[in-house]
Amino acid sequence: MIASERVRALALSGLILAGFLALWHVGVQPDAPTGPALDPEYAKLVGAAAATGSQTPMPGPLDVGAKLWQHIADPFYVRGTNDMGLGIQLGYSIARVLAGYLLAAAVAIPLGFAIGMSPLLYRSLDPFIQILKPISPLAWMPLALYTIKDSSTSSIFVIFICSIWPMLINTAFGVASVRREWLNVALTLEVKPLRRALTIILPAAAPTILTGMRISIGIAWLVIVAAEMLVGGTGIGYFVWNQWNNLSITDIITAILLIGLVGMLLDQALARLAAAVTYPE
Amino acid sequence: MAERYISLEAIARSYPNPAGGGSTTVFQDLWLTLPRGTFTCIIGHSGCGKTTVLNILAGLDRPSAGEVVVDGTAIDGPSLDRAVIFQSHALLPWKTVIGNVAYAVRSKWPRWSNAEVLAHARKFIALVGLSGAEDKKPAHLSGGMKQRVGIARALSLEPKILLMDEPFSALDALTRGTLQDEVRKICQETGQTVLMITHDVDEAIYLADRVVLMTNGPGAVIAEIVENTLPMQRDRHDIHRHPAYYPVRNHIIDFLVTRSKNFDVERTALEAAGMPWNARQPRLVRPGIPEPTLAPSVPTLAQRTATQ
Repeated sequence: MIASERVRALALSGLILAGFLALWHVGVQPDAPTGPALDPEYAKLVGAAAATGSQTPMPGPLDVGAKLWQHIADPFYVRGTNDMGLGIQLGYSIARVLAGYLLAAAVAIPLGFAIGMSPLLYRSLDPFIQILKPISPLAWMPLALYTIKDSSTSSIFVIFICSIWPMLINTAFGVASVRREWLNVALTLEVKPLRRALTIILPAAAPTILTGMRISIGIAWLVIVAAEMLVGGTGIGYFVWNQWNNLSITDIITAILLIGLVGMLLDQALARLAAAVTYPE
Repeated sequence: MAERYISLEAIARSYPNPAGGGSTTVFQDLWLTLPRGTFTCIIGHSGCGKTTVLNILAGLDRPSAGEVVVDGTAIDGPSLDRAVIFQSHALLPWKTVIGNVAYAVRSKWPRWSNAEVLAHARKFIALVGLSGAEDKKPAHLSGGMKQRVGIARALSLEPKILLMDEPFSALDALTRGTLQDEVRKICQETGQTVLMITHDVDEAIYLADRVVLMTNGPGAVIAEIVENTLPMQRDRHDIHRHPAYYPVRNHIIDFLVTRSKNFDVERTALEAAGMPWNARQPRLVRPGIPEPTLAPSVPTLAQRTATQ
């Protein structure tokens, strides 16, 4: 029953995809050429679309498919600073996200632990967290560029600042809401504070902490594209912006697909980790 | 009663009123001694502070006044000498059965090798009849099995006193009976000193050597201590045929139903009769055994119904 439902869902997904691709394909078919025939020399010189005075045509699914295949077949080429393979661009973005994210985790988890254990610390830091949390991470960018003076490090800082809040708040919440009875067990067993933190509070709060980490990685991946559009140079965000300047819509759509794919993989990795530390009650 | 292995001396507990101004006294000037190797039950209505007494003895709560003395030393916070069996079993759900017991063993004897810790833990898992389930997580155990793990964890500490807070109240009747049998057997074999909180009169009569009767709070007191006149060798299936069973049971139920509410009136009557109630030494009652030295200063149930 369950297996058959899975098969049916898969079939429906395929049907939706096929329907979407078909509509797309039909929708982008060019109108029949009107007006006087072009001088082929002129058309070649300015590009076919410009010669007729129309826009760059929207690529169809077949064009995008061909482009995707081309990128996958040769992901790591370097033909100059503005022309590198998608694999390299994605690599830059992932490296920045991981650097900023891991730095944020290294700060947020210990700090969240302290905030969760100490009501005094919670009350004193809460106003700062409440004000800093809703700030769009990109608003920090000029300040980062001004102080750090390096565009790549600035993007890492922006990732750091956007991924710190969900981890900090979830860690503090998870630690503060460890069940009283488990803490009582630690008390009656005369467990020392450090051992209590590592053997009772950490495993008890781990699922909540991992939820925060999962939210953070999602936000970090959203923000890196925008950050790289701003600072330029390398990365998948820069690639998208550069292809917009090149008016290569095919490349943009290909990059959008890959951004989604990488985001999904990052989320799945954290979901696996969360499942590993979740305990049934 | 000469030996004061564990004693509560003039303990009080009060909470400040949430609305501000004054405080509510749950109980005050409470005295109780627990001789070594005895099984004592505290029985009383909800809100009389019996769980607070147990928590103070466990070190999880502090008295507003008074001292708790264990084996000659005043206590200061929780200790591995006083093991607690929690009502909600309080197992760590991310650890296995043996992991939960071994965690306690390692806390008590941090210098033991892994093999020693595991062997000790296995011994107590076997004692509660859970051999074979060592590697299961608590989520995969029934309610009764979880509480067995809780009992194994507490016993594995080889504590001076075992504190139980309504340990069987969340279990079904059949499981409760089996666990009561096993706890009684283990405690008799090991000579464990036990203090148990309960609502269940039959459980108290089956398990306890002495039943402490607490009046209703706030301002609860220990009205009297009932000595269980049933023989040490009890069988739960025909305990009710013993001639002492109904006197003990009626005495406790009579207390819970009527006397626990109006103990103040009774106290005044006792004082008038020249036998004032004494907080330091609550009266010891032996239902079913005639007490020629004591005049019937407290009207019996029959007398009271006759006057109404």
